[in-house]
Amino acid sequence: MKLSRSPLLDERLPAWRAHFVLGLLLAGSLALVGRSFYLQGVNKEFLIGKGESRYERVIEMPATRGRILDRHGDALAVSTPVKSVWAIPEDAKLSPAQTRQLSKLLDTDARELTRKLASSRDFVFLKRQIAPDVAARVTELKLPGVHFQNEYRRYYPAAEVTAHMLGFTGAEDVGQEGIELALNGQLTGKPGSRRVIKDRRGQIVEDVESIHVPQEGKDVALALDAKLQYLAYSELKRSITEHKAKAGGIVMLDAKTGEVLALANLPTYNPNNRSRLSGAQLRNRAFTDTFEPGSTFKPFTVALALDKGNVRFDTPIQTAPGKLSIGPATISDAHPHGVLSVAQVIQKSSNVGAAKMALGIPAEDMWGMFDNLGFGQPLKLGFPGEAAGRLRPWKRWRPIEQATMSYGHGIAVTLIQLARAYQAFARDGDLLPLSLTRVETAPTVGARVFSAQTAREVRAMLEMAVQPGGTAPKAQVPGYRVAGKTGTAHKLEGGSYANKYVSSFVGFAPASDPRLIVAVMIDEPTAGKYYGGEVAAPVFSNVMAGSLRALGIPPDDSPRPLQMANVEPAKEEM
Amino acid sequence: MARLNLILLAMVLISALAVVSTNHRARKLVIEYEREQERMRALEVEWGQLQLEQSTWATHARIEEIARQRLGMHPPKPNQIITTAP
Repeated sequence: MKLSRSPLLDERLPAWRAHFVLGLLLAGSLALVGRSFYLQGVNKEFLIGKGESRYERVIEMPATRGRILDRHGDALAVSTPVKSVWAIPEDAKLSPAQTRQLSKLLDTDARELTRKLASSRDFVFLKRQIAPDVAARVTELKLPGVHFQNEYRRYYPAAEVTAHMLGFTGAEDVGQEGIELALNGQLTGKPGSRRVIKDRRGQIVEDVESIHVPQEGKDVALALDAKLQYLAYSELKRSITEHKAKAGGIVMLDAKTGEVLALANLPTYNPNNRSRLSGAQLRNRAFTDTFEPGSTFKPFTVALALDKGNVRFDTPIQTAPGKLSIGPATISDAHPHGVLSVAQVIQKSSNVGAAKMALGIPAEDMWGMFDNLGFGQPLKLGFPGEAAGRLRPWKRWRPIEQATMSYGHGIAVTLIQLARAYQAFARDGDLLPLSLTRVETAPTVGARVFSAQTAREVRAMLEMAVQPGGTAPKAQVPGYRVAGKTGTAHKLEGGSYANKYVSSFVGFAPASDPRLIVAVMIDEPTAGKYYGGEVAAPVFSNVMAGSLRALGIPPDDSPRPLQMANVEPAKEEM
Repeated sequence: MARLNLILLAMVLISALAVVSTNHRARKLVIEYEREQERMRALEVEWGQLQLEQSTWATHARIEEIARQRLGMHPPKPNQIITTAP
């Protein structure tokens, strides 16, 4: 049998078998084409994404919160990165020795640490916000299951001194009080992110794109002068301790620019350590607490009477017998004076004199003046909780109310409103808007309230009030001419006047060309003295003396003996 | 014809190798750049901390205490101040 002749080959195969194989091959190749079309066309995006995720990484780029600086560029609030240590209790199986090491580094109790690590939760913070160098030493221990998280912490170097002005930020680095809240938008940075390619060792080898460019928070330069702020704070504190007062506030304004140079309240708190805080400590009294200003309001009444031409500087006013009846009510002076000139009404602080002048003025005009001075409306500086004060609409004023308002009762203001209104006298009758941030070019003329002539005359009267024979010789500053007005008001408690007082003093210096306005308020002095001239005026004098010297403002008065013999200071009115 | 092809092949090879080495160098530079950026951030953090430290040391309360207690200083009395005209 020849091999070339196989009987098998003689069998004719059915034609369908060849067709079947051909069909299978065709179907196979079609499937391949279809699959590749699916991968390259339909599913492309997904696969590219998957591929990139193997080597591309999106990196967060943190942005720091801006610093708060004083007017000379000294840092008042700075954010610095810190680390928080956290652990997955299940993974963190530490030996007792390791736990001891860790507790020593973190400065926490070892038992507390063990308890935290034994908890059944998936995530526990072992310690929040530790310094980076401590974190580095913890890293060196190479503990299993212990991790770090980057955070920012805000520090306030001046602590209590600037607490109310600056406020503080919450856990998420968002402003919650004071400047931190008022200027939160400027201070906050926007974190960014970018896409990069990392190699096997985790190093960035290529910058693909930046998704969001991070925006660092902007620094804010305040009008505040750290030196004056410290001076104001420490003098206020000393006075409150000395007079055993409940609270107090002080505000210093630049008369030329309307900048807030210093602002302090007591009681205060340490913003770096806020574990125990009470509402009383947190209150920014100068902005949020209103009080009846008392006699510090008389100059406004006098200025309006002068402005309207009702009286002149030396018009005599009969204040005897020290009482004035309006309807069923009676206004009285604690010390009857007899006939006083308009200037002496301010100097001796006579209620009857002020009330008589007020009764010659239409209620609408008086209301208009208070409104122009900014009373009864919040300052709108963006500060949280700014109070408007209380100024009732003039249509509902009764004559007795108008009379009491003339010497600052039946009306409520905040300390900063009062300080701002005194701008009208420190300047030539106009008011500038206040500014918490540094002002580069201040407007030269503000909103006019009184004529320049009136402002100058009231200034002269206010100067008399601090001279011997006035109510506040203790407000004097050696070498400088000072002007100002005391206030002593009974406190309203449950609708009636209690035997508690608010002592205040508002003044400015140098009187020849006023630069600084200082307003002091001491709430409930209980150590015996309570007159504004005894309690608040010395604070004013000390703060003003220190500030004028610190700013290098030339003296406008020759030094004279500090105490004049045989001149009794005038007795003050309530 | 064959010679031209050989030359072109060689050129393609050289170009390909050049791409590889350039890419490598680029990556090295990026790594270096990133490292410097990291250093910059670290220095910025340190600067912030130093600023903080400086302003903590320079607190007015601390200065006053040292001036009064340790150096025995006090503010001048009004009659001790002589003002000179500018």
